[in-house]
Amino acid sequence: MQSSVNNTKPKRFSGILLHLHPQLINERALIFNRTFGLGGMAALLIVLQFITGIMLRLYYEPFPQKAYDSIIFLQSNVLFGQLIRNIHHWSGVFLIIIAFLHLLRVFFTGGYQSSRKVNWIIGLVLLLLIIGSNFTGYLLPWDQLAYWAVTVGTSLFEYIPFIGTTLKQLMLAGDEVNAQTLLIFYNFHTAVFPILLLLLMAYHFWRVRKAGGIILPNKDEGKKTVPTFPNLVYKEFVVALALIAVILTFSLFFSAPLLTKANPDFSLNPTKAPWYFAGIQELLMHFHPFIAAFFIPALIVISLLVLPFLKNNEVHNGVWFFSEEAKAAAKFSAYSALTITPVLIVMNEYLPKLDTLLPSINSFLTNGLMPLIILLLIIWLYYKFVSKKYELSQIGKVQTMFVFITTAFIVLTIIGIFFRGVDMKLAFPWNL
Amino acid sequence: MKKKSKKDRTESVEKVKISPAETKLEDRRTFLRKVWKGLGAIAALEVVSVFFGFLFSGKEEDVESTTKQIFEAGNVSSFQPDTVTAFRGGRFYLARLEDGGFMALSLRCTHLGCSIIWEDAKKNFICPCHSSAFGINGEVKNPPAPAALDYYPVIIENGKVKVDIGTRLTRSRFNKSQVEYA
Repeated sequence: MQSSVNNTKPKRFSGILLHLHPQLINERALIFNRTFGLGGMAALLIVLQFITGIMLRLYYEPFPQKAYDSIIFLQSNVLFGQLIRNIHHWSGVFLIIIAFLHLLRVFFTGGYQSSRKVNWIIGLVLLLLIIGSNFTGYLLPWDQLAYWAVTVGTSLFEYIPFIGTTLKQLMLAGDEVNAQTLLIFYNFHTAVFPILLLLLMAYHFWRVRKAGGIILPNKDEGKKTVPTFPNLVYKEFVVALALIAVILTFSLFFSAPLLTKANPDFSLNPTKAPWYFAGIQELLMHFHPFIAAFFIPALIVISLLVLPFLKNNEVHNGVWFFSEEAKAAAKFSAYSALTITPVLIVMNEYLPKLDTLLPSINSFLTNGLMPLIILLLIIWLYYKFVSKKYELSQIGKVQTMFVFITTAFIVLTIIGIFFRGVDMKLAFPWNL
Repeated sequence: MKKKSKKDRTESVEKVKISPAETKLEDRRTFLRKVWKGLGAIAALEVVSVFFGFLFSGKEEDVESTTKQIFEAGNVSSFQPDTVTAFRGGRFYLARLEDGGFMALSLRCTHLGCSIIWEDAKKNFICPCHSSAFGINGEVKNPPAPAALDYYPVIIENGKVKVDIGTRLTRSRFNKSQVEYA
C-alpha cells in the first residue's frame, strides 16, 4: 500500500497542483460530462481577471475627468492595450455565464445535499461576488453606457424597503453617480471583491475535497483509483488551453464597448442595464419596481439558499436529472416556459395595462400586486398540472419548477438584451 | 500510552476539588474572564461605530446642503404658456402651464433616475430608459414610473423667474398648490 503511493508520487511542479487534488482519484470522476470542467473554467477565468486586471490598473485613473481618457490612451497608445482590455471584458462575460452553468450542473447532479450543503451556499455567495465584481467594473470606463447602466442599476436598490434609499446613497455617496461613486466602485472592483473571491474560492475548493471530490452516482459502485497526475491534470490542462483560445479569439475579433464620455444630462435611448441584469430590467417593464427589482429577485435568491435545507428523504446523488421521469418533466417544463414567457410579455406589451385602465387606484396595486398575483397563479397552476402529469417525487418536483423558472428568466434576459429597441419597445434584433 | 493519559485525566479532575484557596483563585479567574469579555464587547462596539461614522461622514453633500442655491431663469414674459424650457446647467425643466403657472421639474425620472426628454410634438416628457411618460405638470401619463416628477420651488420676484435648485421636493401626484403664479 505504502509503496504503491510512493510510486505514483508526483514531483516538483505537479506536486503543487496536488494541493488542489488528492493524489489518487476515482476513475469514474474523470468522465468529462460529469462536470464539463465548469468549476475549473470559472477558477481559470478568475485568474485571468486577476492578471489582466492588474495590467489595466497600471494605466487606469479612477477620476471622472481622467478615467475615460485613460482608457482611450490605453487602447490607442499602449502595446496590446486594447487586447488586454478586451480579454478582461470577455473573461468577465464568460465568467458569469460559466459560473451560472456551474450552478446548473451542481443542481442537476444533486451536488447540494448532505456534506455539500455549506458549499452550495458558498458557491451562491461566490456567484453574487462575481456579479458584484462585474457591476462595479461596469462603471469604470466612464462612458455613456457605464454611467447610465449604473444609474439604472443603483436606482433599483431604492425599492428595497426600509434600507433601500440609505443603501443607494452609501453606494453612490450622494443622489447621483459622481466622482466619489467612481472611487468607491474602483475600490470594490479592485480590492474588496477580489480579496473576498480569493478567500472564498480557497474555502470552496477545500470543501469539495472534504466532501470526497466531485459527486459520483452510487450505483455501479466502481472504486478503481488512478493517479491524479497525469490522468486528471492533463485533462484540465486541455480544457484550460481550449478556454484561453476561445477568449483570445473573441478578444481579437470583438472589442469591449466604449461609447462617448459620460454625460449626466442625456440618457441613452434605450438605456439598458448591464446584460446580466437584463432579466430584471425586462421584469421592470411589466411590474412595479418593488416587485421586479426587489421581491422577485429576493425570492429567487432565498429559494436557492434554502434549497439544501428542504425536508427531504431522497438522495439525489450524481445522476444527471435524478431519474428518467424527472428528466422528462424537466424537459417539458423548459419547453413550457419557453412558450409561456414570450406570450405573456407580448400580451402585456400590447394589451391595455391595468394602471391605465384604473388610474384612480395606487399604481402599486395595479402595476405591482395584481400582476404578481396573476403570475403566482400561473406558476401554481403549472405546478399542479405538471405534478399530476408526471407523478413526481419531491426532488423531481423541485427540479421541474427550478427548470420552469430558470428558463423563464433566461427568456426574459434574452428578450431584454436582444429584443428591446428605441424607447424600450419590443423589436427584432436586426431592427435595433 | 493510552492508559497513562487516562490516568492523567482522572488526576486532574481530582485536583479541581481541593482547597478553599483554589476556589478563590477560580472565582478571581471567572471574574477576570468576564471583565475581558466586557472589554471585548466595548471594543467591538467602538469598531462598528467608527466604521459607520467613517462611511457616513465627510461626504461633500453634507457641506453644501444648507446653502440655498438660487438659479435665475429669466423674465416671466419670455416664457409662453404651454411651453417647456430646458435648463441643463440647473438640471431642471421650466414648464409654463396653459394657465400661465410656473413649475420647475427635475430631469430625473422617478422610475430609475434616467434623464427625461421633452417631446414637444406629444407635449410629454419621455424617459428613454423604460418609456415612462409625464405630462407638462410632471404627472405620470404612462407607467412604469410610480410617481410624478420631483420639482423645485419657483420664486417670482420683480417679473423674474428664479428657481431654488438646492431644494428638491418629491410628490406622488400633481396638485395645484405646487404651481407658482406670476
